[in-house]
Amino acid sequence: MPEPECIISIEDLRKSFGPTTVLRGLSLEVSRGEAVVIIGPSGSGKSTLLQCINQLTPADSGRIVVDGIEMTGSGIDLNAARQRIGMVFQDFNLFKHLTALGNVTLGPIRVRRIPREAALERGKHELERVGLGHRLDHYPAQLSGGEQQRVAIARALAMDPSVMLFDEPTSSLDPTLTGEVLDVMRKLAQEGMTMIVVTHEMGFARQVADKVIFMQDGVVVEQGPPSELFVRPRDPRTVAFLANFEALWGGGEAGKRP
Amino acid sequence: MLGIVPFLLRGALISIGLSAVGLAMGLLLGIPTALLKTYGRGIPRAVAVLYTEIFRGTPLLLQLFIIYFGLPDAGIVLDRFTAACLALGLNSGAYQAEYFRGALQSIDAGQITAARAIGMTQTQCMRHVLLPQLLRIVLPAWSNEAVYIVKYAAVAFTIAVPDLLARGKMLVSWHWRPIEVFLTVAALYIAILGTLAHVMERVEKRVRIPGLLLEAGRER
Repeated sequence: MPEPECIISIEDLRKSFGPTTVLRGLSLEVSRGEAVVIIGPSGSGKSTLLQCINQLTPADSGRIVVDGIEMTGSGIDLNAARQRIGMVFQDFNLFKHLTALGNVTLGPIRVRRIPREAALERGKHELERVGLGHRLDHYPAQLSGGEQQRVAIARALAMDPSVMLFDEPTSSLDPTLTGEVLDVMRKLAQEGMTMIVVTHEMGFARQVADKVIFMQDGVVVEQGPPSELFVRPRDPRTVAFLANFEALWGGGEAGKRP
Repeated sequence: MLGIVPFLLRGALISIGLSAVGLAMGLLLGIPTALLKTYGRGIPRAVAVLYTEIFRGTPLLLQLFIIYFGLPDAGIVLDRFTAACLALGLNSGAYQAEYFRGALQSIDAGQITAARAIGMTQTQCMRHVLLPQLLRIVLPAWSNEAVYIVKYAAVAFTIAVPDLLARGKMLVSWHWRPIEVFLTVAALYIAILGTLAHVMERVEKRVRIPGLLLEAGRER
């Protein structure tokens, strides 16, 4: 069996904002096709980690390599590199002056310089893929939260990324709308997209993740397949977090069996 | 009464000319100033702040007098029309900078982050994400400024620019009845401003996008 190819490699990542150290020498690896879910308490640095991967937040030190490109290297064309990394944000961040189709085709047309016709075709295809083929001409203000997030996913996919980063994609959605977004993400994972998802949706982590990473205080505390990490956590901090989680949100997603 | 209209119309053309030049100059000054105040640092930003403080903190009339009567002492002599345009332009630019700055700040930074995440350069972000929204958000305030400037251009009268108001005064000094003259002048102003307001409204309707308003924060 061929060795799983390492597509994202993060070594000793450090980041501080003024006096506050958020990432303290974090290291992790993601293989091609892997779906990785990162869990952890607020302030553990999960979002900062994602933003460092595409250097939207520049790392203070450490080495990040994505699909062969050293993001932390000097002289790197970050704009070109970012085209290969898709990112989905907690607050959707759709372009408010463009329709769903406009949002999805802006990148391909203006950044990748794909001819308009081809970009429109591709855009429609991506929107259909996330179940929004009937909302092409709607503006973000006319879409529900779940629909907006799905447009955001389609927007990222239209750029043909080799990895997708999801930063708490359902945290801004009311519970009835999270399902439709998680379904899209589950499908993506099944189709083999390499993805890193920061989320509190434990059910999703159990069902979809190949690997779950528990972060606290800016480092990786423990990682493993969901069947191990959720059932037999080794580190006492992981145990405490999962117990707390069950206590706060108990019975809900966290209580679901895979 | 109608007989004086052609005479007044020549003045109206000057009023409109002054306003148009002032507005355009204000636009060219206002946008960079707003960008400097929002994103700039150090000396360039200080210059922008100083500019808006001075020109919004003093009367337009004073600014006009300094430019027309004061500058010659420093060796810069301008003709009336240029002086009037300059005063209107500098004044409008300071106000327009504030409208643009307000509009800029109402566009959430998340959209720029998302644009950079798909590989756009800062310039592409400005052109494809920021500017289209900025122009739409600022339109109501900007239309207002256009209307105001037509009215304020009347200060040119004080340095003897033969604008609409000045021509009215001329007629009165040639013994036309003041009430007739000034009501006609008023009617002309109303006609000009009414047309302007109507045009701006049509433009606003055409470029309107659901959900894109100055009160963007209230949309959720």
